[in-house]
Amino acid sequence: MSSLSDAGSLSDTAAGLLQIGLLLLLLAAVHVPLGDHIARTMTSSRHLRVERAAYRLLRVDADADTRWPTYALSVVGFSTVSILLLYAFLRLQGFLPLSLGFGAMEQTQAWNTAVSFVTNTNWQSYSGESALGHLVQMAGLTVQNFLSAAVGLAVAVALVRGLVSRGTSTIGSFWVDLVRSTVRVLLPLALLAAVLLLLTGVVQNLTGATEYTTLAGGSQTIVGGPIASQEAIKELGTNGGGFFNANSAHPFENPNAVSNLLEVFLLLVIPFSLPRAFGTMVGDHRQGLTILAVMGGLWGASLAVTTWAETHALGTVPQAVGSAMEGKEVRFGEWASALFATSTTMTSTGAVNSFHDSYTALGGGALLLNMMLGEVTPGGVGSGLYGMLVLAILTVFLGGLMVGRTPEYLGKKIRQREITLVALYILATPFALLVGVAVALSGASTRSAMLNSGPHGLSELLYAFASAANNNGSAFAGFGANTPFYNTALGLAMLLGRFVPLLLVLALAGAFARQRPADATTGTLPTSSVTFAGLHAAVVLVVAGLTFFPALSLGPLAEALA
Amino acid sequence: MSTPTLPGTSTPAGPSEPAGTAAPHRVASGAFSPRQLVASLPDALRKLDPRHLVKTPVMFVVAVGAALSTVLAVSDPSVFAWVIVVWLWITVVFANLAEAVAEGRGRAQAASLRKVSSETSARRLPPGCGAEENVRSSELRPGDLVVVEAGQTVPGDGDVVEGVASVDESAITGESAPVIRESGGDRSAVTGGTTVLSDRIVVRITAKPGESFVDRMIALVEGSARQRTPNEIALNILLASLTLVFLLAVVTLQPMAVYSGRPQSVVVLVALLVCLIPTTIGALLSAIGIAGMDRLVQRNVLAMSGRAVEAAGDVGTLLLDKTGTITLGNRQAHELLPAPGVDEAELADAAQLSSLADATPEGRSIVVLVEAHHGLRARAEGELPGATFVPFTAQTRMSGVDLPTAGDGVRQVRKGAAAAVTRWVRAEGGEVPAEVGRCVEEVSTAGGTPLVVAESVRGQARVLGVVHLKDVVKEGMRERFEQLRAMGIRTVMVTGDNERTARAIAAEAGVDDVLAEATPEEKLALIRQEQSGGRLVAMMGDGTNDAPALAQADVGVAMNTGTSAAKEAGNMVDLDSDPTKLIEIVEIGKQLLITRGALTTFSIANDVAKYFAIIPAMFVTTFPQLDRLNVMRLATPESAIVSAIVFNALVIVALIPLALRGVRYRPSSAAALLRRNILVYGLGGVLVPFVGIKLIDLLVSTIPGIG
Repeated sequence: MSSLSDAGSLSDTAAGLLQIGLLLLLLAAVHVPLGDHIARTMTSSRHLRVERAAYRLLRVDADADTRWPTYALSVVGFSTVSILLLYAFLRLQGFLPLSLGFGAMEQTQAWNTAVSFVTNTNWQSYSGESALGHLVQMAGLTVQNFLSAAVGLAVAVALVRGLVSRGTSTIGSFWVDLVRSTVRVLLPLALLAAVLLLLTGVVQNLTGATEYTTLAGGSQTIVGGPIASQEAIKELGTNGGGFFNANSAHPFENPNAVSNLLEVFLLLVIPFSLPRAFGTMVGDHRQGLTILAVMGGLWGASLAVTTWAETHALGTVPQAVGSAMEGKEVRFGEWASALFATSTTMTSTGAVNSFHDSYTALGGGALLLNMMLGEVTPGGVGSGLYGMLVLAILTVFLGGLMVGRTPEYLGKKIRQREITLVALYILATPFALLVGVAVALSGASTRSAMLNSGPHGLSELLYAFASAANNNGSAFAGFGANTPFYNTALGLAMLLGRFVPLLLVLALAGAFARQRPADATTGTLPTSSVTFAGLHAAVVLVVAGLTFFPALSLGPLAEALA
Repeated sequence: MSTPTLPGTSTPAGPSEPAGTAAPHRVASGAFSPRQLVASLPDALRKLDPRHLVKTPVMFVVAVGAALSTVLAVSDPSVFAWVIVVWLWITVVFANLAEAVAEGRGRAQAASLRKVSSETSARRLPPGCGAEENVRSSELRPGDLVVVEAGQTVPGDGDVVEGVASVDESAITGESAPVIRESGGDRSAVTGGTTVLSDRIVVRITAKPGESFVDRMIALVEGSARQRTPNEIALNILLASLTLVFLLAVVTLQPMAVYSGRPQSVVVLVALLVCLIPTTIGALLSAIGIAGMDRLVQRNVLAMSGRAVEAAGDVGTLLLDKTGTITLGNRQAHELLPAPGVDEAELADAAQLSSLADATPEGRSIVVLVEAHHGLRARAEGELPGATFVPFTAQTRMSGVDLPTAGDGVRQVRKGAAAAVTRWVRAEGGEVPAEVGRCVEEVSTAGGTPLVVAESVRGQARVLGVVHLKDVVKEGMRERFEQLRAMGIRTVMVTGDNERTARAIAAEAGVDDVLAEATPEEKLALIRQEQSGGRLVAMMGDGTNDAPALAQADVGVAMNTGTSAAKEAGNMVDLDSDPTKLIEIVEIGKQLLITRGALTTFSIANDVAKYFAIIPAMFVTTFPQLDRLNVMRLATPESAIVSAIVFNALVIVALIPLALRGVRYRPSSAAALLRRNILVYGLGGVLVPFVGIKLIDLLVSTIPGIG
């Protein structure tokens, strides 16, 4: 892009539209083969040699086909061990090699960080370059970047298996799903992505902090490290935990417009490919396309709002200055920043290339709402698809009644048990979010974390809990989160926001797996039509809108309308 | 009319009326009058009992909110607080009113049925051969034998084990023509409370006292036996969880309001909560269920469980008996096929003459055909001096007439079953041409019945030709099946006819599939096969051998004329014993579900406008810019909140008629239905409250202390 702007003939708008067009083209080209690859991987009966070795190591039966309680128990067991190991890692850093001299992380911060990376949130209460050594970054955090994404993918696939099951009650093996998504999907893609990022100029080495004397004669400490390798899975796995505190705004993580576009592509590519994998697995590509259309439509709408708000510099201060460039990198500009911000908040990635706190009130509010939608447009790796399917089931419940049938999705009836699980799913994240905010507002000391007062301060707090409860991990900034209260509370919000929905989804998979599917007729609600997609999108918006409208009206809305 | 039919009921597309022309028809219901609201008010107030309210989580939350607000209004009175409190209580009462009205409509029917079930005396035959004894009907136990004679009331449900009688069942079915009940076969069941008109029968009692058919009917129409159906439970769970979501949103709003410098009064928060939770559908849900059952009762169908009504909406395959459902009960003359050398007019004349004395529907249809197609008016008896009519009997299987001819001769004209007439012709010394034999053969293989017409003049017998009788498909059935196909329902015709005949009729009627030469085992196997493909099956039956299939079907409708075994096995009983009823039952089932879905969508869509009314009102003093969200330009914060809560209460009453009647349902594809209902109830649900709240605000803002 830089060469284009150098030519001086391209306006910001043209350049912005061009990169969105390029991104869409890339996604359109890749989502079919990648989706099919994921579907093939997760349904194949063959095991690779390296996978067999892993199963022997884990002592699991590679050909087991389990019911949902076993699957759920495996997920919970695996994640608990992951949290404990990562916690130990962070607390014992001082005794480990490659620590760059950093010691143990404080207790609540270590809890927060361990939960954050295992839940695929990657909320960073610490500052990477001033708290963590290379070993913890690589063997602790990056490993969880892979595994937490693999867990999400596994659970999504388990739900799809439940939907296509012909009454066998089983939904697959968690261990096989975990190993396969890591070995056959995430690792090869991450390797490819890391090489591409290196080519765009992202740094990769094992040096520590180096002191430089700047041109002006001052001194500056510059930290190097294995950045490209972590950056690749940070985006691909919709993790978002940056090597540096500045995340993708840092020139070592995201040096230029090309790397920026590549990173946006990487963080969108798996979530946008999963509807295709879903369509392939259920044997009806139009089902996948409908889900994709809802995800893509809402992503596009939100992108339009944020880009419009930022490029038109809405609000008093931006108007006075003439642009909304505060908190944005000059090398990216408003268009690329809005594109990154929308994509990162809609995929539960949480990486940032600009400071969301400094966005216009409307733009920032849109980013907040993006997360409140429940991270389904397209959402995180796996979690986006299963969240969207749960909302599709709710849509089917309302729509199915309106066509005079007891509701069914893909031939599976939605009865008492199924709707109870869906209802609890929809309740879980708002509960973690709103209760967290209410508790935080109730204490004077916890209120002081907000660096701003008035509606903007409330937006900061709302953003923090929305980010944690929806496992996004991005920060609004302007918010002092590294206190024992916030480390603990946000850690709890992340834990609830990840595992309660995840377990409900597995229970739902089990409930569907027990049913034999019914044939579709012209009397069945069609779930692959424009009408259904419209209703589905409306349900996504209405569920979040009705829950959060009061809170939003006191935060971003009050600010935007001022 | 001592029937369970409400006055003013319009029965759509009944059996007598040609079913569904292409124009869509409406499943309508009894008229609803505002007077019913007033009459049900005392019941509605009685339902304020917390033990009753707790059954509906949404309304229970409203009641708790109303109670809490009352306490606060007492301790800190203001016009605004009291107006809110009053309207909160009105909301609860309106919700109760919906249920009370629905139940009240059933109670009138129950009262007339109670008269039927009142106690009578019975003449019990003791086991062995003692003398009969008089006992009270309530003392009868299953297995007891009772004697009933002309003029007496049948003391309980049972089967006729001896004798034959005509019975007046109008007390239950509303049909005044008496029916025959006889021992053995499929016409043996009698119902307690009906009256024997002639003869004497011995009945073996099959029902325990208090569990008779009429008792069950009373419980059903009163709603006392009503249990929540699976889908209703599922919907209730969804509504309860929505209530929790809004409770969460409202409770956590207070800390944010405090932070923003504008703590809210509890009364305002309760008002916000009540406006947001799905009170509309919560209030109407049970009324919709009761009204659905009621709509069936109005069509003389008794559903033994609400589950069956819901299942009816889901039916994917309809098993329909050919005779009486798809075709008229009797075969009718279709064409005349003259024998070689016989003029068609001559055959027509003979066919008419020979059928004048044939009172069977087949015979009459010949007279009609000849008149319509050959211009021969039916001759009255006086026009044929000296004629001797030979009526049709089952023994001779022929009918005809003997006419005097010029001279002393007699012209004998006969018409009847091919074999019988052929034999007669041969006996009279005539020949049967080979062409006639072939013609008879052809008619048979085409699925028709051949009747042969012959005459004998002075010992010279000859065959005149063949009358082709065939099954006549009822008018409009083809369109009806096309509608069903559009609704995604497969129709299977069940008949005892052979495969070829069945296929011919099936093709003419346009059904999807045929089960020919059907045995009860094959019917059962067909149902199982359809069900294994995930389709729900509905069927109607009357015989004892239908019982296994009725029990297996998801919707098994037994005819009231059927055996008690069939009635026990099915989950619905059709008092009219009308086989086309199945189609209506499916439509009522669908309408019930659509009404639920539509009102749920409407209820949730309403919240958008309510937010735009209440949120700016709550915070406009702190953030004046929020007035830009006050798109309805409501007068004051107080009037905005009051208007929203008043609208919320009034919309319940406004929708009671819709809940009772059911939303309009046109048989069409799911995609078309979805588009229409989203437009009407989704988009309408968003827009209507904007208008409604604004109009109410214009009134409310005139109240001092609020406006």
